[in-house]
Amino acid sequence: MKRIKILLTGVGGQGTLLVSRLIGEAALMEGVPVSLSEIHGMAQRGGVVESTVMLGGIEGPIISEGEADILAGFEPLETFRALKYCSTETVIITNTAQTPPLTVKIGMEAYPDTQTWFDFMKRTFPTIYACDAHELALKAGSAQAANMVLLGILMGAGLMPISSSCMMENIKTKTKLCLAAINIKAFEMGMEIASS
Amino acid sequence: MHELLEDKPGKKALLLGNEAIVRGAMEAGLAVSAAYPGTPSSEIGNSLSGIARDQSSGLYFEFSINEKVAMELTAAAAACDLRSLTCLKHVGLNVASDVLVTLAYIGVKAGMVIVCSDDPSLHSSQNEQDNRAYARLADLPMLEPSSPHEAKEMAKEAFEISETLGLPVILRTTTRTSHVRGPVEYGRLPESKKTRGLFQKDPERWVAIPTFAKPRHKVLADQMKKAERLSTSSRFNWKNGCGKTGIVASGASACYVADAIHDLNCAKDVTFLRLGFTYPHPRDLIAGFLKDMEKVLVVEELEPFQELAIKAIAQEEGLAVPIYGKDGKDGGYLPRLYEFTPQQVRNAIARLLGLDIKRSGLPDLSGLPELPRRLAGLCQGCPHAQTYGAVKEALKELDIEKDTICPTDIGCYLIGVLPPIQMGDYLICMGSSAGTAMGFSVATDRKVVSFIGDSTFFHAGIPPLINAVYHGHRFCLVIMDNSITAMTGHQPNPGTPEHDRRRVSIEQVVRGCGVKNLVKINPYKKRESIDTIKTVLAKDELSVIISEAPCVLHAKRMEGKK
Repeated sequence: MKRIKILLTGVGGQGTLLVSRLIGEAALMEGVPVSLSEIHGMAQRGGVVESTVMLGGIEGPIISEGEADILAGFEPLETFRALKYCSTETVIITNTAQTPPLTVKIGMEAYPDTQTWFDFMKRTFPTIYACDAHELALKAGSAQAANMVLLGILMGAGLMPISSSCMMENIKTKTKLCLAAINIKAFEMGMEIASS
Repeated sequence: MHELLEDKPGKKALLLGNEAIVRGAMEAGLAVSAAYPGTPSSEIGNSLSGIARDQSSGLYFEFSINEKVAMELTAAAAACDLRSLTCLKHVGLNVASDVLVTLAYIGVKAGMVIVCSDDPSLHSSQNEQDNRAYARLADLPMLEPSSPHEAKEMAKEAFEISETLGLPVILRTTTRTSHVRGPVEYGRLPESKKTRGLFQKDPERWVAIPTFAKPRHKVLADQMKKAERLSTSSRFNWKNGCGKTGIVASGASACYVADAIHDLNCAKDVTFLRLGFTYPHPRDLIAGFLKDMEKVLVVEELEPFQELAIKAIAQEEGLAVPIYGKDGKDGGYLPRLYEFTPQQVRNAIARLLGLDIKRSGLPDLSGLPELPRRLAGLCQGCPHAQTYGAVKEALKELDIEKDTICPTDIGCYLIGVLPPIQMGDYLICMGSSAGTAMGFSVATDRKVVSFIGDSTFFHAGIPPLINAVYHGHRFCLVIMDNSITAMTGHQPNPGTPEHDRRRVSIEQVVRGCGVKNLVKINPYKKRESIDTIKTVLAKDELSVIISEAPCVLHAKRMEGKK
């Protein structure tokens, strides 16, 4: 079975851990060897939250620099920061909606010029999916569903050894009941972006 | 019913390493457990706490005031023939080490497991000490899982080993085994278990006075000889392959080795000795392994714990096989600091075998603009931020802001060290804000204002406060009381209102310690707080300010649960 290393990165509260958990559960249901890793504790207080999903029989839980097969960045600054984990073959999925860090909010540091970074990414990586997941999630019904848009792209990009139907079943049963319909809608929007 | 109590043998669940340990313990019939929370071990206590709420689980669990108390409680339960478990983070074992080392002499009747979670790379800790050293210091058996499923199996078997030997067993994880989520196959839960213990008095066994303890050390040494035979024959220690290059690893390192062997396609060239029952060192197994090898690489994070033992075994066996590991005479294959990356391990193995590594092209990230940091911050509306703001303003108005020394402590509020608050000048460990304040007050003429949270105050802040009263030390202790142990995930402490516990008032404790200058503030009432703080600080004596306001994150979560 093909071995796939996925790095998810974002900011506390964006639901990166939920996404990795959903992939993990779906993989388990479909008999794909899987392990996930999470960092808990202080990082969750507004810091960077990284998690990994390892598919296909990889034992180690972390990804070395230059070795991610897929990078899913839930916030552009965090996508940029995680580029060191990418090779020139890495597929990149990124949210373009910004969540400025505190140091930027209080004027200590500046948010980077995103155009420079995105131009660099376009020159360097063959496959990039970038979208404003926040806006799409709002269209789907809730800003909280931005993570589902990105999960939709990930599933729609045809890289995963897991079926979309299984994933949708998971979203319906394993995410908050009041959000399930919105989550599915957001997920489908993501799938559509990946296929267009 | 708690998901970890599902009686479905064969079911595969995606569990965190920490949850898997809990499942294993429940399958082993765990009856009594106590712990103080500490990342990366926190979810063990959280899960046990959830299980214990279910009466039918037959489990007693509490979040104790500190690790030492938790270990004492569980040790005595195991002496009463009930299976018990305590869990802690690596530095928590420092607190409980006074118990650990002598507990090894008196031992246990029923199985007792001490889960210790290390944190290489300091993801959420103040140091990255290698607690395998405690297994050797106390001379106790140790198991180290490398996956959630193995964690479950080991937790279960640890109780058997503990009972066989009459000794507590250390189950050591690291962040990368505690916080990995993977498939775990459920086994059977016991149909019934003992929940009432029986203590058989036997002072020569249980009372560690010199006369009785001396022969007990001999008992420990004898039992650990038996333990060595158990580790040599353990199913958790196994060899794979028949190449002439030996690799030894355990825990997360074993995962990186397995992946590297796959990636380098070098299975035929190596023999991989995977160790799970890591102390006592499986001497005969290692000796037999070394005899067949031309060279050996030991892959382990932090200290050269296995490496030095293996080198000693080789010396005793008269074997000249080169053994490589940490930075030594030969340059070293692997670093001693921080957790490994898979790449470091792969490179070390490739170098040992003289293999070239094919790598994909790397992006050239040089010349790109620098990125702003994303530091951890206090939550929006957090009362700690208000308290810091009020103290800062009071110091400013007294014109002593720059000169004041602010020892801080372990909890969410240590984020106050970072911008924008930037208050916090000294921190060692739990409770050190109060202890070190005395040193600053003795050694300088500066004003000293220390910050400590409610849980940390209960844990280790009370003895220094009594000491300060008795010796007349002059400093101000600000107790930031949000009535919960917030940073590790909102565990209760003696100051937490819980329907079935009798809450202990911090104010009464402080008064009971003999503190005269004590005030309470509501940090959200800013002007009032500043004025109160100024009055307190105007006097050159020991004072305590209790800043009382609930954790907003916890309040929000409780609201959500309603």
